[in-house]
Amino acid sequence: MMNFFNSNSLHFSSDAAQTSAASVEPTFEENTFGFVAGFIVPGLPQPLLAPEKSPAWGRVRAAFQTLKERLDELKPDVLVIYSTQWPSVLGHQIQADPRPQGVHVDHEFHELGTMEYNFPVHVPYADAYIAAGKDRGLHMRRVCFKGFPIDSGSLVALLLLNPENRIPCALVSSNMYADRAETIVLGKSARDAVQTKKLRAVAIASTALSHRLWTKPVAPKDDTISSQKDDEWNRKLLEILAQGRLEDVAQLARQFAREAHADSKLKALWWLSAALGSSNDFRGEVLAYEGLYGTGAAVVELRPGGVSRGEQEFDEDDVEFFRGERSVLTSSSMKTENPK
Amino acid sequence: MNNQNNTGRKGSIVAGVLAPHPPHLVYAENPPQNEPRSECGWEELRWGYERLRKSLSADEFDVIIVHTPHWRTVVGHHLLAVPHFKGLSVDPVFPHLFRYSYDLKVDVELAQAIAAEGESLGLQTSLMRNPKFRVDYGTIISCHLSHPAWNKPIVSISSNASADYFSTDVGQQEMIALGHATRTAIEKSGRRALLLASCSLSHRHFTEEPQVPEDMTYEHIYNHNQYLWDMRMLKMMRAGESKRVIAEMPDFTDQAVSETRAGCLTWLLAAMNFPTTPATVHAYGSVIGTGNAIVEWRM
Repeated sequence: MMNFFNSNSLHFSSDAAQTSAASVEPTFEENTFGFVAGFIVPGLPQPLLAPEKSPAWGRVRAAFQTLKERLDELKPDVLVIYSTQWPSVLGHQIQADPRPQGVHVDHEFHELGTMEYNFPVHVPYADAYIAAGKDRGLHMRRVCFKGFPIDSGSLVALLLLNPENRIPCALVSSNMYADRAETIVLGKSARDAVQTKKLRAVAIASTALSHRLWTKPVAPKDDTISSQKDDEWNRKLLEILAQGRLEDVAQLARQFAREAHADSKLKALWWLSAALGSSNDFRGEVLAYEGLYGTGAAVVELRPGGVSRGEQEFDEDDVEFFRGERSVLTSSSMKTENPK
Repeated sequence: MNNQNNTGRKGSIVAGVLAPHPPHLVYAENPPQNEPRSECGWEELRWGYERLRKSLSADEFDVIIVHTPHWRTVVGHHLLAVPHFKGLSVDPVFPHLFRYSYDLKVDVELAQAIAAEGESLGLQTSLMRNPKFRVDYGTIISCHLSHPAWNKPIVSISSNASADYFSTDVGQQEMIALGHATRTAIEKSGRRALLLASCSLSHRHFTEEPQVPEDMTYEHIYNHNQYLWDMRMLKMMRAGESKRVIAEMPDFTDQAVSETRAGCLTWLLAAMNFPTTPATVHAYGSVIGTGNAIVEWRM
């Protein structure tokens, strides 16, 4: 069924991949609302700021370009981006500034240059997302402050997928304490809001797979995955994603995190799978898989309409409502956790 | 209160301070640089910073060197190397509390010297030369609270997290080497330096806050385990047992979810060559559940 790649340049040959999005005909009517696709993209700035320096970085850039062209076909009303590089502590932050603008320099790769941005936010969707999250028990926070720092992951996605700023976006933070249950509920809330507002949306998870960077400078042309073990795990996940089995990958997140230096526990895929309906019935295509400064950088598209796998059993439970942190001891801390 | 003020020896560390950076403290002070306004809050810690500033007021120093957890890097230890930064710092985690207009100068020569000394000890270092770079809020807050006049140049050092791939012990060895490099560079430069380790002790936050952030009826340490660990560390500091602090740091870091994981405190104690003089604890208090202490060491 699968046996591919002998380099970091990815060539999927599984049956599922061969019949997947490369030849995908959109199954959605243009007036259909809901999430019409999900993307997984890396958040490091090399493909945006220096694609010419490395063949690997260039291939990732080309895959972003392919996704951009597919967005032109999909015609979404909003791009909903969850970035592992926007951490939050107090609940889940949703960007609600109608027009964030400014410059950003990556904290690690500052020598690559500056990212200038001036993009539209879909404020009605952002507000609907906040309301939907609250309805599901989440602590949601509206962010609308001049000069608020937009993170590299969100910007790389926006500047490469939506460079003309035609499509408004919604940006979602990655709560550093949120584990699977809370993140799934956050994903479901994104879906609720899309349906409430009757929008066509694309969900974008800005995340690496494995996230072990080189700890010494490497020549860009020599960049690859920093660990063979991480590489093997990444490829296993991509094999499953190419078959459209997103929820199966989400179910593997904990194990992957233990084994392969996952980016933020791979929680972005918990969010993505929940947003897209917690299903394995997608058509998946891996457009690129490369080393970005040692991390596993994959560009993946998932569209509904793949092989139906019926009702299957999963190891981990589904969650509809978040009930807050559950302290072992009931103490005064309970008051603080729910001060309302 | 420690009154052994250092007024002169060239090429020395005047004092080292554990100087945590909760934005809540700046918010509660209402300085003109910060846009949000508060009524009050976190007085024990703010008054502790007042005691620190009083203690430092008779000192003569040329530069403030700060090691910050909120500039996290993996490919080496990075240092600011642009002479002047000016801008608006909005805290990405607490934007409703901290929107601060900063205007600071950098001692680029000393930054370069620390980087070079680090390289000579086998560390990977990098100088940050992009003038559009946004200075992190850990640097800004610790500097503001320790020396709000902003009339001294600073050196800001990132927290290198590469050792997270191995263990906290390995990370600690990196930070000890960086501390030695910092001390050597200071001595060769002839500068008189104030060192700031910009970190909390225990660091588990509450994930919600009250309607009024400065409503102190909701403020307390996250759990008793953290509190016990914080007290244990402070007891050792007050006894001048900094080598024991270093020895127990990996366990403390892991078990108290401590921000010392960033290496700030280890760097500070190593730069001061593991002082045996008792430290002065100016204050201890919690901020949104995390444990914070303002601690001063004299050489």
